[in-house]
Amino acid sequence: MPNMSLNKVKMPEQDPNVRNKNFKEVSLGYTKEQALEEASRCLNCKQRFCVQGCPVNVPIPEFIHAITEEDFEKAYETITSENALPAICGRVCPQENQCEGKCVRGKKGESVGIGRLERFVADYMMAQNNQEIKAVTSNGKKVAIVGAGPAGLTCAGSLAKQGYEVTLFEALHEVGGVLMYGIPEFRLPKALVRKEIEKIEKMGVHIEKNVIVGKSITIDELMEEGYQAVFVGSGAGLPKFMNIPGENFNGVYSANEFLTRSNLMKAYDFPNSATPIHVGKSVAVVGGGNVAMDAARTAKRLGAENVYIVYRRGEEELPARREEVHHAKEEGIIFKLLCNPEVIHGEEGWVKELECIDMQLGEPDASGRRRPVAIEGSAHCIPVDTVVIAIGQSPNPLIRTTTPGLEVTKWGGIIVNEETMATSKEGVYAGGDTVTGAATVILAMGAGKKAAQAIDKALSK
Amino acid sequence: MYQIIEKIKLNETVEKMVVHAPYVARKCEPGQFVIVCAEEGDERIPLTIQDYDREKETVSIIYQVVGYSTRKIAAKAQGEFLTSVAGPLGVAAPLTKKKHVLGIGGGVGAAPLYPQIKKLVEAGTECDVILGGRSKEFVILKDEFEKYSNVNVATDDGTLGKKGFVTDILKELVEAGNEYDEVIAIGPLPMMRAVVNYTKPLNIKTMVSLNPIMIDGTGMCGGCRVTVGGETKFACVDGPDFDGFLVDFDEAMRRQGMYKKQEAHICRMKQQIGGQENA
Repeated sequence: MPNMSLNKVKMPEQDPNVRNKNFKEVSLGYTKEQALEEASRCLNCKQRFCVQGCPVNVPIPEFIHAITEEDFEKAYETITSENALPAICGRVCPQENQCEGKCVRGKKGESVGIGRLERFVADYMMAQNNQEIKAVTSNGKKVAIVGAGPAGLTCAGSLAKQGYEVTLFEALHEVGGVLMYGIPEFRLPKALVRKEIEKIEKMGVHIEKNVIVGKSITIDELMEEGYQAVFVGSGAGLPKFMNIPGENFNGVYSANEFLTRSNLMKAYDFPNSATPIHVGKSVAVVGGGNVAMDAARTAKRLGAENVYIVYRRGEEELPARREEVHHAKEEGIIFKLLCNPEVIHGEEGWVKELECIDMQLGEPDASGRRRPVAIEGSAHCIPVDTVVIAIGQSPNPLIRTTTPGLEVTKWGGIIVNEETMATSKEGVYAGGDTVTGAATVILAMGAGKKAAQAIDKALSK
Repeated sequence: MYQIIEKIKLNETVEKMVVHAPYVARKCEPGQFVIVCAEEGDERIPLTIQDYDREKETVSIIYQVVGYSTRKIAAKAQGEFLTSVAGPLGVAAPLTKKKHVLGIGGGVGAAPLYPQIKKLVEAGTECDVILGGRSKEFVILKDEFEKYSNVNVATDDGTLGKKGFVTDILKELVEAGNEYDEVIAIGPLPMMRAVVNYTKPLNIKTMVSLNPIMIDGTGMCGGCRVTVGGETKFACVDGPDFDGFLVDFDEAMRRQGMYKKQEAHICRMKQQIGGQENA
């Protein structure tokens, strides 16, 4: 008999007033008992809407069924047959819009906690530390992957499993892309990301760090070196600024810089780590997405007393996951909604105030969201020491400017055939944020997987 | 890992390293730079490429031992390894044959100037060079420059060459009737600004090379933003060489000092590293 409770088994979490002062993980994960209880809420229905909602088609009812049988190894094998990075997806996927959004249990009450269960299985198996990686005989065909983020890692893992000789080129000194530099430790522990990457290395993927494709070597040169296909998963790493006066004052960061300093360079541990970060007493984060929430919650943990999210639309329009908004509020982040920054004022070269104007929502715009309109005469200043701009990222131009024959959109995204992820250049595939613009980890993984299948098909001919 | 093939002390605080870095050495051009970490967990710091050998797959970097991170690099001995040397980054300097070019290198700014002058001379340009430093020992690469150009030296204390600033010699050279198609000035920001303050009214095209604070060097963080001609540019991907007439030097100097407090702190905290190096 399934467990007919309307609510998910609650996820144990660190207390908000404790966790907003440390960088340890916020959500602590299910115990075995909690996982069994939650797994029994799955009706194992025939329609499998959840699987349709998953960008990488994880056989969800099957893995949950294995949990109810306490066969966690089988549950893990079921997940990893389709998803190479379950410990990561279980934590950062927007499940409410994907698998869980389609779950029939969600029609009346809460959906099954699929993400939490995925995380439980991945963590459980990681703790056993006996995940065997089977070595595959090489098929002698070389594939190059550009960028070791979610798209590239997934593509590399899938191809290595099939015997390809895969080399993964990463521009930074650390592998993982946005998983390392973007998403904070308290949401995605880096030790865990490293373990997932180790698995991919054990599959035989060769990793070359500090190689900036487009600068250190071009895609054409990779082809000349004997790579038969190249997958570009270079992400959307170029920060957008608002182009308002005062953006170059000291104390104004792009979210990319703020988060990279804290996450990748471990500035939160300064001076034990060598990279500094400036925070001060009051911080305004401009934007309403997941990156903005990450930046605000990081600023709080770095000791800021007042941390504001400044967003020009309303609560309903916040693009961040609801859970992130909820966590941010619990931790004391102040939301200044319908509020648009117009000028950054400074003193002696440093940020002093963020001048904003209040907004109201008008008619829906092209995106379908109601367009914010300024309310005249409502300008006011927020005193701040730091401003973090988190209004989005676009693809880095390094690849497109050095790869003749690669067609891109007006805003710089690489154009692909959505069935195969093939670009306009023969043998070159692309996926993830470099194609879509800033999106999610799981969509990038889905693209990496799709490209791997297409590459295999093309090279098996 | 990138092996240090050779390490040479150029003066009390400036050192040169020849490092095995195949990807960089195969592709780099004058004007470009690398990002270096001495060890895992260290700060990523940008250093200009002073010279390169495509066959041996080595690049030379020159650094002044001023802060925590450069001390970490300096603590490495010949034969040891640097964790990261990533590049080449930035845009190659726009160097085409001209009639007469003047290069001005202040302190370690002589390092990135060197490959530019070498390339210009090899292309058939006549080059004069002014090297400057606080005193004799801070003037570097003089012999190397002399192979390619007429070298003038200015030191603050007069221990080598003329007593005074590089701009004093610049004025003399221009007033003596030298007609320069272009001046390339690389050094501390106040020096580059002083050069531009002189050349701009005379409309002598002046290129400068900026070395702001950055993390990734690939356009990702935007920490290296600089205002050029009223527009925000990223020094890492749009530069590091810019038209000196258009650079907002005041802003660049302010941004350079963003972490002064923290730097002083970490230097006090980690003085033992300097101690090891001296031992």
